[in-house]
Amino acid sequence: MFESTDLAAVWLTLKLAAVTTTLLLVIGTPLAWWLARTRSWWKGPAGAVVALPIVLPPTVIGFYLLVAMGPNGPVGQFTQALGLGLLPFTFAGLVVASVFYSLPFVVQPLQNAFEAIGERPLEAAATLRASPLDAFFSVVVPLARPGYLTASVLGFAHTVGEFGVVLMIGGNIPDQTRVVSVQIYDHVEAMEYAQAHGLAAGMVVFSFLVLLALYTLNPTGRRK
Amino acid sequence: MHPLAKKLLPLALLFAGHATWADEVQVAVAANFTAPMQKIAAEFEKDTGHKAQLSFGGTGKFYAQIRNGAPFQVLLAADDETPAKLEKEAMTQPGSRFTYAIGKLVLWSTKPGYVDDQGEVLRKGDFNKLALANPKLAPYGLAAMESITRLGVLSAVESKFVQGENIAQTYQFVSTGNAELGFVALSQVMKDGRIASGSAWIVPASLHTPIRQDAVVLANGKGNAAAGALMKYLKGDKARAIIKGYGYDL
Amino acid sequence: MNAIRARFRLDRSDFRLDVDLNLPGRGVTALFGPSGSGKTSLLRLIAGLDRAQDGELSVNGQVWQDAGSFLPIHRRPLGYVFQEASLFPHLSIRRNLEFGMKRVGASDRRVSLDQAIELLGIGHLLDRKPDSLSGGERQRVAIARALAVSPRILLMDEPLAALDLARKQEILPYLEKLHDELEIPLLYVSHAPDEVARLADHLVVMDGGRVLADGPLIDTLARVDLPIRLGEDAGVVLDAVVEQRDADWHLARVAFAGGAVWARDAGHPPGHRVRVRILARDVSLALEHASGTSILNILPAEVREIADDEHPGQALVSLDVGGSPLMARLTRRSIHALALAPGKRVHAQIKAVALVG
Repeated sequence: MFESTDLAAVWLTLKLAAVTTTLLLVIGTPLAWWLARTRSWWKGPAGAVVALPIVLPPTVIGFYLLVAMGPNGPVGQFTQALGLGLLPFTFAGLVVASVFYSLPFVVQPLQNAFEAIGERPLEAAATLRASPLDAFFSVVVPLARPGYLTASVLGFAHTVGEFGVVLMIGGNIPDQTRVVSVQIYDHVEAMEYAQAHGLAAGMVVFSFLVLLALYTLNPTGRRK
Repeated sequence: MHPLAKKLLPLALLFAGHATWADEVQVAVAANFTAPMQKIAAEFEKDTGHKAQLSFGGTGKFYAQIRNGAPFQVLLAADDETPAKLEKEAMTQPGSRFTYAIGKLVLWSTKPGYVDDQGEVLRKGDFNKLALANPKLAPYGLAAMESITRLGVLSAVESKFVQGENIAQTYQFVSTGNAELGFVALSQVMKDGRIASGSAWIVPASLHTPIRQDAVVLANGKGNAAAGALMKYLKGDKARAIIKGYGYDL
Repeated sequence: MNAIRARFRLDRSDFRLDVDLNLPGRGVTALFGPSGSGKTSLLRLIAGLDRAQDGELSVNGQVWQDAGSFLPIHRRPLGYVFQEASLFPHLSIRRNLEFGMKRVGASDRRVSLDQAIELLGIGHLLDRKPDSLSGGERQRVAIARALAVSPRILLMDEPLAALDLARKQEILPYLEKLHDELEIPLLYVSHAPDEVARLADHLVVMDGGRVLADGPLIDTLARVDLPIRLGEDAGVVLDAVVEQRDADWHLARVAFAGGAVWARDAGHPPGHRVRVRILARDVSLALEHASGTSILNILPAEVREIADDEHPGQALVSLDVGGSPLMARLTRRSIHALALAPGKRVHAQIKAVALVG
């Protein structure tokens, strides 16, 4: 019942979500750590910027990304100066957009987890000869495991569910930017309802399973 | 249902029952016809006292919405197939369908002097991306695809395709410079009878099936005085002058 | 010799601290005071958990902080026990114990894991997780974990404060063992006079971020000029030795410099070193040696000093018993009736003697 283009879109979507989630955990960890512990004046503004994608319509994000990453935009000039070319209509461009778009879904669970751990385990680790970095990996990361699980699942799922932003900067290129949500949209627009149903039902089942796993495996996920 | 349509539904129902004189009409307008229709609607409201509520978007999406009960009374499509299909499905007022404009396809770039008047730039192939509307969904996309094929450059440029879901998005890709070249509607780049910026090649009509854009009164619009008046107004001189000013044929 | 030199000034909007201390390099030093007196803050400054811009600290000749340097806490050879055990919940007891130990170079290890486990009696807990332990067990593990890094100084921040009385009684013997067996100095923060009386050799009394008194426990406790807010707990602690046991009456006679008293037998053999705690409220004075009294312990004493007590109707009388201090809490009226004054010879009648440790 699936065409090869559908399967290609599924594979591309999973690849995008996996790459994005991995990058988000790498970027999100220090960011969430800083947000959880700083007493700086910048905490408020920084937290608000991180949360922006939650409230902004994807079209706003997509439009600004398209302009910013375009040849006259600041990001576009930067990538061109580095010899990387332009990001719109490329897989790398989608990754950049997804990282920004899904950032709060990774940073916020991590920040909550870090805040819940508090100072004391770090102080205890320091009195037991652990350097700050050592303490982070040997104490904080294991204690924040539920937060990491929540962050990974939400980051992955939110990237899979991304549509508006991809539509704006993707250009619908097979194996590059044609992800499942766009493929479904095309099927619906082209009145190919059978194919649309196949993919759409798959998305519903996938999302349900992901959330089910999150809520059963990780009781602290419920508190969010 | 379109959110705007949803919001306006009670309003439309309120007006549906009465009055032959100052009526309101909900119009679904193809994205490429956005600019001329805004002008025409303003004149129409001034001249007739009726009100026209405009929604802009892809014709395919409008079709799905109309089939599912959207409260549009008039459709200005980007093609002639969709209105014909709706007519066959008895979703229209019989006999109301007519061609209000014939679209012109243009190969456009924001860079001045980049597109030559023969479209040779397509053969040179030194552009980064070529934007076109999704041929599966948009008549302008289909026309672009036909022209590319006729010119015999399909295999050369296919790898550079980026597709917009409709012609408005395609225009966005080119106007932001992310695609150096793109097939858009002449109406999008024409202002006061000339190409407003960049460089363009008007693709000869012989290279593709004519983009006949048909208007039709939907089943919903039966007995709506404003709907009838709008159809009549579109055929009038004032409207035709505006339409031609945006580069459409008639 | 003074092994610990600590000088800190801290000036926060809600709290000030200004201390300059020389502390002994052996035994237990109690940092004692009411809550908010700055004793925990001082301990955290010494550990390096907090940092005072203006501070100097050296321990056993090693500079930990001065105007230009600050040794990060994880490089300080110390052990620290928090008020709550603060074990790592994701690690087993064994892994908790090994956490610090494996981060210490082999050449710096002087305490083996087995020694620490044995000293705190936690051998049966090693494979369990912290959340399955009682509060007392957890705190014993925390102490063992701190010892397992082979610290050159052990810092304890009210390690018993979060425990109920039964758990306190469970842990105190282990702390006494530390006192007896450790070669390193131990800084012990507490606001509980009974813990201090049992464990401390040296006493630092703090209030309002300042040091009020600082000296050997016995001398410092016996000072009546200090506004130490001990209330009902005012009294003295004396080092003593069990002299003989009276099996019939379950009593033990313990001798201290200048005298001896009878106390309830705690099972210690003759020759055993004990501490005797005598509260001021349990001491009354008579001008003559009373007969026909239930009081067992009556000692000749000389009045040294009379000082104000918390209530204007009372006073604290400092006494000398053959060179050892004693303290009595009397009403002003009695002092007047007996015409007590420094140098006056009296008989101290002691109602209760507690053997602590």
